[in-house]
Amino acid sequence: MKNNFFKNLLLILVFIFLFLPIIVLIIYSFNSSQMNILFEGFTLKWYKELFNNTDLIESFINTFLVAISSTAISTIIGTISAYGLYKYDFPFKKIINGLIYIPIVIPEIVLGISLLSVYTLMKLELSLMTIILSHIAFSIPFVIVSVRTTLTKETITYEEAARDLGASNYRVFKDIVLPTIMPGVISGATLAFTLSLDDVVISYFTAGPGSNTLPLYIYSMIKTGITPDVNALTSIILIITFIILLSLVIIQSRKIRKEAI
Amino acid sequence: MKKEQSMFKFIFTFPVLVYTFILILLPLLYILFLSFCKSDSYGGIIYTFTLSNYLNIFDITYIKMFIKSSLIAILATFICILISYPFALVLRTKSKHIQNLCTKLIMVPFLTNSLIRTYGWIILLRKNGIINTALINSGIIYTPLSLMYNRIGIIIGMVYTLLPFMLLPVCSSVLEIDNNIIEAAKDLGASKIQVFKNIILPQTLSGVFNGSLMVFMPAIGYFFITDILGGGKIMIIGNLIKNQFLTARNWPFGSAIAIFLIIITIILIKIYKRLGGKMDDLGGF
Repeated sequence: MKNNFFKNLLLILVFIFLFLPIIVLIIYSFNSSQMNILFEGFTLKWYKELFNNTDLIESFINTFLVAISSTAISTIIGTISAYGLYKYDFPFKKIINGLIYIPIVIPEIVLGISLLSVYTLMKLELSLMTIILSHIAFSIPFVIVSVRTTLTKETITYEEAARDLGASNYRVFKDIVLPTIMPGVISGATLAFTLSLDDVVISYFTAGPGSNTLPLYIYSMIKTGITPDVNALTSIILIITFIILLSLVIIQSRKIRKEAI
Repeated sequence: MKKEQSMFKFIFTFPVLVYTFILILLPLLYILFLSFCKSDSYGGIIYTFTLSNYLNIFDITYIKMFIKSSLIAILATFICILISYPFALVLRTKSKHIQNLCTKLIMVPFLTNSLIRTYGWIILLRKNGIINTALINSGIIYTPLSLMYNRIGIIIGMVYTLLPFMLLPVCSSVLEIDNNIIEAAKDLGASKIQVFKNIILPQTLSGVFNGSLMVFMPAIGYFFITDILGGGKIMIIGNLIKNQFLTARNWPFGSAIAIFLIIITIILIKIYKRLGGKMDDLGGF
């Protein structure tokens, strides 16, 4: 019994560590003091003030714009690619299969500066578009890898059966392949979205003037001091994304329960 | 029919070809090319072949910095292993629901940007921050501890930001071990230590190395953590590359350091594969 207590304590401590700075930020979003130093009293004014800070709101919208569009595009390209790499033989396939892992393993800063260099070479003006393109560049491999884990020998067997029965390529992909790889597609998309929201380094190098995203806005303010309306925004983001994730967990647990029955 | 077939193949293979060549291979080849170029004093690039950028890396000041940066990254990796391993072993004893919930919860902090979370640590760690205030009020210490603007702050920041990258692969490798094997070993009289040494450790080694790779490599590049929690006094390789690209504007030298990091990554990947690690498991997501 006592042993169990310490085991649970360990799990709880790790999660406290992981969530500590977030909890602090949320608590301080209700702090009446302008400085994020001492907790002086409860207030909701920062949540009101937030909507007057147009720069902050703009960077918030940009961040989600980047995350949503890069997730959508990288999920589509990643899914198509995972299937293509799995099913077909084509020139350079071996090289591609090796290169795919590069964005996952190399330090983000290396990817950031090399993309920046290429944009400069191509005379692409740095903007929100270049951030989106860069996020697509590092998200696709994650989607490919997670879709690939759901492509098995069974998929091929079912595909062949369907084709023998006269199904078209399109029908085979839509009715056989897509439903089997769907869990991989969803987890790949979730991952792409999360990594995009979390990213600092790649956005830092590939953003242009006027294309503020949240991390860049905060970076520029960190030396002069961050106002509590940023905390308020953080709480709102966390609550929205937490609800999304929680519903995913609930759906997944239900599935496990169903499978158990 | 034949035409439709090849059209289908084209749709599924062309995007990945374009993607890998334009967004992965081209950028890397271009910085490889830049690393052999000269730079003029105005930040421009002179297209003449030189090895001086690579020779510059071996300057004693840079070597010292590389060593310091690697030591910080190694320490952060090591602390992450020390946290993740017991965590995973405890999680093994829990029900499938709790395991699923916990592995999902590990990813939740990512949803708020890592820079915002690093800022949260400032509120906690600074001289008049929450931790110092709590310790002084409870009478444990009289003068505030220096928890940031030094190496301690950087290590806390690195461990905090990168811990999920260790937790996930370690958990997935520990949770994968077949319970029957452990039961069988116990039935045959193996002690707890023997079970750990002969079953759990060998089967999870590649998971631990996987996590180490995903912690160590970013930890030498995350310049924003040294900027914020190190107060800009301590530089890591990431800061040096950033400065070469944005402040000093010596892109060829910055590229040479980046190529150097890529070589280190390739060597570590080779070791990982030799340990039996699969490329698709990297990151453990």
